[in-house]
This record gives sequence, C-alpha cells and structure tokens, in this order.
Amino acid sequence: MLSRVAEALYWMSRYIERAENNARILTVNQQLVLDFAGAPGSASMEPWEPIIYALADKELFYKLYSKADEKSVVEFVMFDKRNPNSVYSCLSFARENARTVREQITSEMWEQINTMYLSLGAESTRRAMKANTYGTLKLVLEASQLFQGITISTMSHGEDYEFIGLGRFFDRADRTSRMLDVKYHTLLPSGETIGGNVDTIQWMAVLKSASALEPFRKQHVGQVTPANVANYLIRSKSFPRAIQFCVNFIDQSLHRISGSEKGTFANEAERLAGRLRASIAYNTMDDIFAIGMHEYLDQIQLRLIEISKSLSKSYFERS
Amino acid sequence: MGKLFANYDTEGKFDEMFEEGGKLRPHYQRIYDRFASMSDREFSRKREVASNALLNQGVTFTVYSDGEGTERIFPFDLIPRVLPASEWAHIEAGLQQRMEALNLFLQDIYHDQKILKDGIIPEEVIKTAAHYRPELVGVNVPRDIYIHICGSDLIRDKDGSYLVLEDNGRCPSGVSYVLENRQLMKRVFPNLFSEHRIRPVDNYGQDLLNVLRYIAPQQNPDANVVLLTPGVYNSAYFEHCFLARSMGIEIVVGDDLVVEDDFVYMHTTKGLSQVDVIYRRIDDDFLDPEVFREDSMLGVKGLVRAYAKGNVALANAIGTGVADDKVTYYYVPAMIKYYLDQDPILPNVETYLSSDETDLKHIMANLPEMVVKSANESGGYGMLIGPAASKEEIEEFRATILANPRNYIGQPVVQFSRCPSYCDGNMEGRHVDLRPYILSGEKTTIIPGGLTRVALRKGSIVVNSSQGGGSKDTWVLGDEGPGHISTL
Repeated sequence: MLSRVAEALYWMSRYIERAENNARILTVNQQLVLDFAGAPGSASMEPWEPIIYALADKELFYKLYSKADEKSVVEFVMFDKRNPNSVYSCLSFARENARTVREQITSEMWEQINTMYLSLGAESTRRAMKANTYGTLKLVLEASQLFQGITISTMSHGEDYEFIGLGRFFDRADRTSRMLDVKYHTLLPSGETIGGNVDTIQWMAVLKSASALEPFRKQHVGQVTPANVANYLIRSKSFPRAIQFCVNFIDQSLHRISGSEKGTFANEAERLAGRLRASIAYNTMDDIFAIGMHEYLDQIQLRLIEISKSLSKSYFERS
Repeated sequence: MGKLFANYDTEGKFDEMFEEGGKLRPHYQRIYDRFASMSDREFSRKREVASNALLNQGVTFTVYSDGEGTERIFPFDLIPRVLPASEWAHIEAGLQQRMEALNLFLQDIYHDQKILKDGIIPEEVIKTAAHYRPELVGVNVPRDIYIHICGSDLIRDKDGSYLVLEDNGRCPSGVSYVLENRQLMKRVFPNLFSEHRIRPVDNYGQDLLNVLRYIAPQQNPDANVVLLTPGVYNSAYFEHCFLARSMGIEIVVGDDLVVEDDFVYMHTTKGLSQVDVIYRRIDDDFLDPEVFREDSMLGVKGLVRAYAKGNVALANAIGTGVADDKVTYYYVPAMIKYYLDQDPILPNVETYLSSDETDLKHIMANLPEMVVKSANESGGYGMLIGPAASKEEIEEFRATILANPRNYIGQPVVQFSRCPSYCDGNMEGRHVDLRPYILSGEKTTIIPGGLTRVALRKGSIVVNSSQGGGSKDTWVLGDEGPGHISTL
C-alpha cells in the first residue's frame, strides 16, 4: 500500500483513540469529584488540576485559562480548538486524515467520522454537556467504539487494517498510562491514608474510566489495592486497555506487516516494540514501585514515542 | 393540477415536463402523480432526508474564503429530469459520432495535420490554441485514443432540439454527482423506481476501469491503474475518491510517484511499485515540472518522458485541450464531415468567429444581444452576456475583442429549457443543461443520462455550483410508454 496512505490511516486512528481516551480521562474526574464532595477536607482540593498534569498540557492550559476548575478544564479538554489535543481537535485531525484517504476506508467508516465530528461541533452538544456532562462524554466514547466496530466489520483485514490497529493501540497505551497518572497527581485529603477508603474509591474511579472495573473484579475479588489496580492496567495480557495488551498487539501487528518471525525483528520498530513488550512482562510491581509509578509511566510514554518514530521511518517516509 | 404544481407556469418557455398550454408530457406522468399527491409536509420531510444524507456522506464541495474552507453540499432538487428512450438514442448517436471525430482530429493534429493541410481548419487556429502541445507532436498514444473521458454540455433550444454548447475534453468533473444523486433518489423515493424502468448508471466505475485497462502499455492485463489527484484541497476531491473507490484503484498525489529510468513508480510500505496507467485529474500544465510549469508542486518530474516512451499511459492524453478550445468547437461540424463524411447528428449552437471578417462584423453589430466567450477560459470567466451587461461593459469588451480577435467567439443568447424545481416554497421553472459522460475505449459507452445541472436562481442560465447551481437526478427511460412497465 501507499506510504502516504499508511501514515494517514495510522494518524486517523490515533486521533480517534485519543479523542475517546481524553473523554475517558474527564470521566475519571467526574467520578472522583463526586466522591470527593462528601469527603472531609475536600474543600482544599483542586480536583480538576490533575487532568492537566496527566495530559502534560499544563503550560498551554495556563496560557489560556487562569484557573483549573470544572468549566475551564472541560472546555479545554473537550472543545477548545486552541488545544491540539482537545477532543474536538483530535476529531478534526482524524477527519482531515480520513479525508485524504477517503477511498481507502469504507463509506461507513467515513460517515461515522464525519458524523462524530459534526455533532461534537454542534452548539447543541455544548448545551448538553452543561446539562449532563457524563451522558455527553459517554456519547463520545460510544461514537468512537462504533467507529471501531464499523472498522472491524466493514473493512477487509489487510495491511491497511494493521496500520489502523497500530494507531489505535499506540495511542491507547499512552492514554492508559496517563489515566493512571491522573491518580498519581490526585492528592489524598488530609487524614486519609494510602490504601484507605478514599484511596480505594479513587482507584476504582480509574478502573471505571478504563471500563476495567468489572473485568478487574472478576480477577481480583474484593481486593482494590493500588498494586492490584496498577498491575492490572499496566500488565494484564487479556484486558484490551492494559498497556501490556496494547504493546503485545503492536508487536504482533508489526510482525504481521513485515512477515518476520516472532521473536526476531526486521526493523528498528520491531526491535524496540519487542524490548518494551518483554520489559513490561518481566517487571514486577515491586520493580515498578521502586522506579516510582509516575517515572515508570513516563518512561513507557517515551519508549512508545521512539517506536512510533521508527515505524514512521520504516513505512511512511518517502523521498 | 396537483398541489405542488397548482401554480406552475411555463411562461412560454420550453419546459421539460409540460407542453405549451400546460399539458403534461407523457414520460413525466408517474412522477407528476407521485409528487402532486404529496402533502407539503411529506415533501419537506423528503427534502430534509435528502440534504441530511448528502451532508452526512460528505458529498460536498469546498468554498474557500477567509482562510477557512467551508464545505457546502451541491444543492439537490428532488424533481428528476426525464428523457424518453427515443430522445436518448438520438443524443447517444450524436455524441458517439462527435467523440469519434474529436479523437480522429487529435490523432491528426499530433501527427500528419491533414485537416490543416487540406485547409478545413486554418493552421493559425491550432497553433495559437492555448492548450495545443507542440511537445507531443509525433508521440503515439495507446490505441490512438486521446479523449478517454469526455463531458459534453447539451442544452435545448426553444423548440426542444438538443444542441452541443461545449465539449470538455480535459478533466471533466461531475460524474460522481450522477451516481450519488441516483443513490439518493432510490433512498428517498424507493417506490418510484419500482414503477419505472429506468436505465441504471451504476456501471460507470467498471466501464471507466475497462477503458483505463484497455490503454495499458503492452496491453498488460494486470496493469497497475491509479488516479492522480491534486489533493484533498481540490474542490473535486470528493469525486476523485469516489471514482477511485468505485474502481478499486489507488488514489495518488504527485508526492506518491517517482520516475526512475523513464518508468513511473509509487512509494509503498513495501518499497517502489510500478504504475502503468494514470487517470489524471490534473491539468497538463501541472503534470510535469520538467516540461510544463516549473513551479508545479502537484505533478511528477519526468512523467512526460515516461509517457513519450510509452512506459505509462495517461487518460486523458496530454494536449486534448486543443479540442475543447471554443474556436476549435466552431469547426467540429466540419471535422465530422471531413473525417467521417457524415452530417452532425447534434448541431452546435450557432457560432460566430471574431477572427473571421464577416462574422466579426456581425458580432460587433449585435453585441448587446450576444454571448461572447473567450476561447480558453471556463467556469464563466472571460465572458460577456450582452443582454445582462451595461453599455460601458459592452464597449469595454468590444475593445478587448478587437485587440485579440483570435481569442473570442460570439453566440446568440440561447434559450435553455426549463424544468420544474422547488425554489422558495414553490415549484418554478428553472433553466437546466445536461452533461453526459462519454467513455472511449474498446467501444464508446455513455452513461445513460448524465448530470442535469439546474440554475436555481430565477432567470439565471448559470448552472455552476459556485453560482447558485444545483443538480437533479436524470432518468433515461427504458421504454416509450408513460413509464409504467414494471419488470421487478
């Protein structure tokens, strides 16, 4: 397939996944804030600020807004065109990429992207967001999931499909690491301890935002501990939003594209992906806590960027 | 009369649906019955369904202003335009004849130039045509076909006879609307289709692909065919995608292609892959910075070299613009006579050449009643519509013509036919034209009907999308009756 097309499909898919996950990150806080409301000492918290830290958009945010409250953070993450990572911007980039490869994706896929983009830009969505934030965020998630379903069931599963999958899992791995990071940046109210009631509720909120609470419970009955949750979202091989799952997918997909044997590599992207896959698999939670959760997640984000750069070098560059 | 047509007035113009005096033409009976029985509410609901479908499918063209592109839908009018089988047979025969002559003409012009030597067309006319490409003289093109895809614009005179207004032999656009309009009508009025025998248009993609494969170098049956687009910001990009998809071929931009050792390749995830046939939707000027415009960012360096060596085929061929020059147009009836020894089945609109002394006198004497067009411009530029122009504009144009008589033709203002169209809450007559799409390959095929464009502004004869134009679904009936034979 054309290099340019592969690149556009990859980015189209990344941006849709990013839009979905940024909406998810907002839902973490929706949950956290509701839970905080009754907690002692909650008045001193700035519950919306951790999102800005986790998305690594602090500098831009404070250039545009003076205070991180619900109104400004939701506006910034959902609608603000000046924020290149806002849900609106992501969908518009996704659509621009889709437009350049419109004949490569199915009409159904194009129609879904177009509908998502148009409805998020509509004034009525902004109004609905005010009246029912959670419901509206959920619509964004559902629209993205519908797009994935349409992709899986209308597109033929060839090389182009692999690049769409790569885009999805690259961005998902990155965003799941950031969801965990929101929790890292969220301070506990004074008097609360790690592993205490509020802490547990916060970890559950993280699981819920990743749609992971129910599958998690099946595996760890009644044990919502920081180590268990982090272990699940980082190292699960079967949960589709866990970082390990995403990296495994990336590794396999790269091998499907190049045709190289499992356990070997045909290019730098494959080598780096294999290494990341093994490193997550062979690090225990103790290792991760020793490095520091935030630092560890940061490293994963950087290594994903490296893999993506090598992927681009192997398949997208033309000169 | 039914409600929707209750106040309809043909105003003495030739109307597609009603005869003079308001009698319904028989091939519109079913449509009339269906629409006339519709309540205002049902009709507006149907209109809404149609325009939402267009928006959601992204059937749009882009209008650029203040830096931000706005996407607009090409307005779609629900009342179809209907052609009875006999009328279509006449048009089809006329267009086939015209295409054959135009292709023979181009072959001649780029080789022996007999038609010039025999004095049928003055050499001067060809050599000064803006789109004549002397670089291509002596270059053989596959199967001697130059215009593979042609869109000829037809209008109807006040007595209803069909005339050719112009031929678009470079990169005619609009065919995607024909196919989309049909899909839309089927979605909105499924029953109408089961009641009529309407000739299908869905085969266009396959027909086009057959043409493109037919011209492959070495007649390679597994030729790699691609569509070359100027890119996503081109106003016809939607159509380029639509066509590439309906043929199942790659759509490429100049940046995807590279010429090495006079062969054309595209950059793929698996390295370079050879390209055999290019359906290019880029004008000659931008194709190859080595030969034409040096500043072109859209084309491919070396493409003309590969083309001249026969290593890649282009559709349409380079240099076809000389055939849709407005002055060349004047000579098409003479070409038909010269190459085919036949009389033209579809006449031209009466045309005067300002380069001819007698004609120039006529143009000068009748400027306020004439339409004067520049030879090489399109889209309504460089044009004078006498009856609509002020005295100053006419005098200004008079001087322009006299300064460069080669560059202009004059035509009397032709009456376009009108077709009922829904405007501002009423059914009113609006001017329409017809652009059939003609494909020349192993045989000549014409998509039944074509694109009916309608000037939605009252009194206007400008059907361009940028100037208030819209379109209609165009039906060619498969039988002569009142369109009621059901075969399903």
